[in-house]
Amino acid sequence: MSEDDLDRNRRHFLTVATAVTGVAGLTAAVIPFISSLKPSARAQALGAPVEVSIGSLKPGEMIRVLWRGRLVFVLRRTEEMLSRLSANIENLRDPDSVEVEQQPDYAVNETRSVRPEYLIVEGSCTHLGCAPIEDFEVRPTESWGGGFFCPCHGSKFDLAGRVFKGVPAPTNLRVPPYRFITDDLIMIGQDSGAV
Amino acid sequence: MARIEAEVDKSKDGLMKWINDRFPFTETMKYHATEYYASKNFNFWYVFGVLAFVILFIQLFTGIFLTMNYKPSASEAFASVEYIMRDVEWGWLIRYMHSTGASFFFIVVYLHMFRAMLYGSYKKPRELIWIIGMLIFLVLMAEAFAGYLLPWGQMSYWGAQVIISLFGAIPWVGDALVELIRGDYMISDITLNRFFALHVILLPLALIGLIFVHIVALHEVGSNNPDGIEIKDKKDADGIPLDGVAFHPYHTSKDLVAIIIFLIIFCCVVFFAPEMGGYFLEHANFEPANMSATPEHIVPVWYFTPFYAILRAVPDKLWGFIFFGLSVIVPLFLPWLDRSRVKSIRYRGWISKSALCAFVIAFLALGWLGTMPADPPYVMAARVFAVIYFAFFILMPYYTTIDKTKPVPERVLYHG
Repeated sequence: MSEDDLDRNRRHFLTVATAVTGVAGLTAAVIPFISSLKPSARAQALGAPVEVSIGSLKPGEMIRVLWRGRLVFVLRRTEEMLSRLSANIENLRDPDSVEVEQQPDYAVNETRSVRPEYLIVEGSCTHLGCAPIEDFEVRPTESWGGGFFCPCHGSKFDLAGRVFKGVPAPTNLRVPPYRFITDDLIMIGQDSGAV
Repeated sequence: MARIEAEVDKSKDGLMKWINDRFPFTETMKYHATEYYASKNFNFWYVFGVLAFVILFIQLFTGIFLTMNYKPSASEAFASVEYIMRDVEWGWLIRYMHSTGASFFFIVVYLHMFRAMLYGSYKKPRELIWIIGMLIFLVLMAEAFAGYLLPWGQMSYWGAQVIISLFGAIPWVGDALVELIRGDYMISDITLNRFFALHVILLPLALIGLIFVHIVALHEVGSNNPDGIEIKDKKDADGIPLDGVAFHPYHTSKDLVAIIIFLIIFCCVVFFAPEMGGYFLEHANFEPANMSATPEHIVPVWYFTPFYAILRAVPDKLWGFIFFGLSVIVPLFLPWLDRSRVKSIRYRGWISKSALCAFVIAFLALGWLGTMPADPPYVMAARVFAVIYFAFFILMPYYTTIDKTKPVPERVLYHG
């Protein structure tokens, strides 16, 4: 067959059809491999919600628990601590929890919690992930009403995990999904469905 | 032709020129693809080299993903394979692709080697391609053997036990050698750990290196063809073989069809028969390795059985090992054993044709006998076929000399 007899349209159609089919096939073949990189059934089981008993927690005390290998602070705030939350509003970056990523809807309130008494936040600084240190001592000279202090880069958060202005951390501490099973028992990592 | 010239023009300036001034990209593409001329009369038998490439890619790719979840330790290996099968998303697919790929690698490589025997592709000037190819085959066997231990099932363990013990047959150094291979007094965690290193690092690297050299050697002398004549002897005014067509796009588009058909068959096995009735994945291997009980019926995976049948056919430990080793090595000498004036089976006489036919039957029969229990009738049959197997090689210098050959055509036969 000489060059003149060539039906270039036909050849072009075949080339494009082959390429499209090939790319579609390759894409389909790649999906299982990418999916295999996701957390496996075992990792998901290990990342299941955790139940935390808070019955013995006295006002002013805090415990640390792990959920999915992430540190979670459970703080039982005193009436006095709660009353201080509205004191330093003008120094906070996001006092009204506008940043939707940082908490479930039910924690968008002044105390950033389901029940005002209990603060449940992830102990992971929103700057670069260090674990903040609790510092509940009130120091009026420093206008510090108690809260959390990150040792890595000096970010500060109040007793509702709200970030102060002028520190590297951009947002409030994250509130994980959680719910009360009973008055003494909370489930961290799950906020709906059966127990 | 016009299109190729247009591409050359494009490379005279712009990005391609920038690259080509620093790296021989266009030159390499031309040398190995667009201006590598292979005979236009290639048939079905000429697709297996490309298919071997496809499987190599599948094995490397799935292997990397398996390594991400596999644990090379005697206490965890078996469970980690089950973990891949059950807990890792799509893990079963990745593992079945890898296990099926191992068997398909051998199917394709055996057919690739048979093609060389059919058309005399090992004869001058392609002896070195054949020798490198045989080395690839040996490394592939080692790779498959090391890989088979990794799931740490009953057959992994006892298969490795038998094959490693073979080296104990070597006089004087045997026992010390066996201990050195195992790194322990029995097959243990240590053995598993080092086989893992061999399977995922050393042997794949060796395989890739040898395949690279195989291709470089092939492209130096040029591909053989079903007529077994040198297309480079008849060139046109531009120095292009008259019977050759460029590897790309002509042979690549034909190979694409073969790859698609191959992948359809491959997928059918992966999805519907990954164990292949116990031939690709042996049933005993679904039980964890148990050092205190050998499975009743122990056989290697199918691709080793022809050689294993020869091993069992010899009623002596040392001689069994020697004949086993010889049966694997002897094809290496084909380029010098074959004294025929012609390469292709098409122009050989009835003696060569019958000999090759007998060889194929003996190889398949040995393969089947190797999967059977070591009972007297099977062992006797294995002896007969082992004799045929070796006779094919040993008598070759004689029968290829006296065999009447037909005249070879000037140009390749091509219809269409």
